[in-house]
Amino acid sequence: MFKGNEILETIHMIAQENLDIRTVTMGISLRDCASDSAETARRKIYDKICRYAENLVKTGEEIERDFGIPIINKRISVTPVALVAESSEADNYSIFARTLDDAAKNVGVNFIGGFSALVHKGYTKGDHILIRSIPEALSTTERVCASVNLATTKSGINMDAVREMGYTIKDCSERTKDDGAVACSKLVVFANAPEDNPFMAGAFHGIGEPECVINVGVSGPGVVASAIKSLKGADFGTIAETIKKTAFKITRVGQLVAQEASSRLKVPFGIVDLSLAPTPAVGDSVAHILEAMGLEKCGTHGTTAALALLNDAVKKGGIMASSYVGGLSGAFIPVSEDAGMIDAVVCGALSIEKLEAMTCVCSVGLDMIAVPGDTPASTLSAIIADEAAIGVANNKTTAVRIIPVPGMREGDVVEYGGLFGRAPIMKVNPFSSEAFIQRGGRIPAPLQSLRN
Amino acid sequence: MKGVITVLGCDKVGIIASITGILAGTNVNILDISQTIMQNIFSMTMIVDLSKIKVEFSDLSEQLKKVGEELGVEVRLQREEIFTSMHRI
Repeated sequence: MFKGNEILETIHMIAQENLDIRTVTMGISLRDCASDSAETARRKIYDKICRYAENLVKTGEEIERDFGIPIINKRISVTPVALVAESSEADNYSIFARTLDDAAKNVGVNFIGGFSALVHKGYTKGDHILIRSIPEALSTTERVCASVNLATTKSGINMDAVREMGYTIKDCSERTKDDGAVACSKLVVFANAPEDNPFMAGAFHGIGEPECVINVGVSGPGVVASAIKSLKGADFGTIAETIKKTAFKITRVGQLVAQEASSRLKVPFGIVDLSLAPTPAVGDSVAHILEAMGLEKCGTHGTTAALALLNDAVKKGGIMASSYVGGLSGAFIPVSEDAGMIDAVVCGALSIEKLEAMTCVCSVGLDMIAVPGDTPASTLSAIIADEAAIGVANNKTTAVRIIPVPGMREGDVVEYGGLFGRAPIMKVNPFSSEAFIQRGGRIPAPLQSLRN
Repeated sequence: MKGVITVLGCDKVGIIASITGILAGTNVNILDISQTIMQNIFSMTMIVDLSKIKVEFSDLSEQLKKVGEELGVEVRLQREEIFTSMHRI
């Protein structure tokens, strides 16, 4: 039997420190939905998603109630649509995005990920069509998320795709300029994308995944921050130990929810993602964890070291708490979704360059960063290339979710509300990368030995 | 199946009576009960056996929540697994 203080510790984590399950994501394979008729394929996709995910939201709510732990999002990831749609005669896949959107609405999930293409070594016919369809798809749907994997450690960086994604992001921005370029917040460009990531906007159901699977993403930056705050003056060994113990407890809750969801839905359990995912809510910030270690503001010198310690300790604590760990599993540093990151940008402590350095030691990359609307496509591409190079060279996932906001300049703030939060417009380097990006081709895979 | 009931709030007459009244009415047996008062904040934890419960788990949960609102305290009912998984290896 447990002690009263253990019970109260759990209650305190949930009620005061925002401990929650960030997402229960059902991965669904759509590989058997391909057809030479787009209409047939879309009907099969809609029917399959609605059939498999019929009880996802209801079951999530039941688990929430039984265990008293909030489950913030119930979501779906599907096979990259380029793989499914390219058997059809369609020359624009926006219609597939609308089918996914309709299915998501029907089963009541707030996002569906997988309007995706994997082009790290080159394009197929379907990949070309899918990427060209992204701006229309994201600006005419509400819940669909898109992603493109354009680099891996084994194959290098597809610089043609890097160039094209710069234009794609600009187009997404232009088409949703009245809504703060919100389409860009639903588009992630990856290097080394994981196949079992439960988090949006980058979730898709990879080709090595089973027919249907449940993946769970935990959260709890507030719990870690308050544990560190209680350790004034302690050395880093003590801080690392405390983070590990806290991460263990958080992850055990994720494991419990994943097992329950899996058995109640009769769908195999995939992985628990150990990422510390912040929200704009007060007390739910990764930046505040770093500041609790003794940094005046997130972004100052020492931030990368603090983040490296945090990220490593979370994994070491979490890994024993779950039977299968996967996904992104690292601290997220999205700017607009983290109150501490927003403050750090507004006061000038945090720049894109520092964020880029931070992504060398944690997932997932430059995330939810708003930049001036007149940022050239080639500069966006160059930012993507830099981030992909970090991922490829370090054999880790990196991603870019960047939002050029039309009509806005450095210092302005764009408001999204909800989980997307608010984003201060950040400064980009004014010097051109145009000639570099126009070269195209592929940057070869890096050497994996002689690592210095 | 076991559950954990926690009550947090200002101390007043009748909190335990109200909670245990509901448990008796729904055939839920109390296995362990402990309470403390720190700086006038009343905290009570109760471990209960739900195996012979006469209503749905969600009904009991609602009834407890409602009585908590009437008393001005927070009452939670959770299945015990969340505590065992978090605090026991």
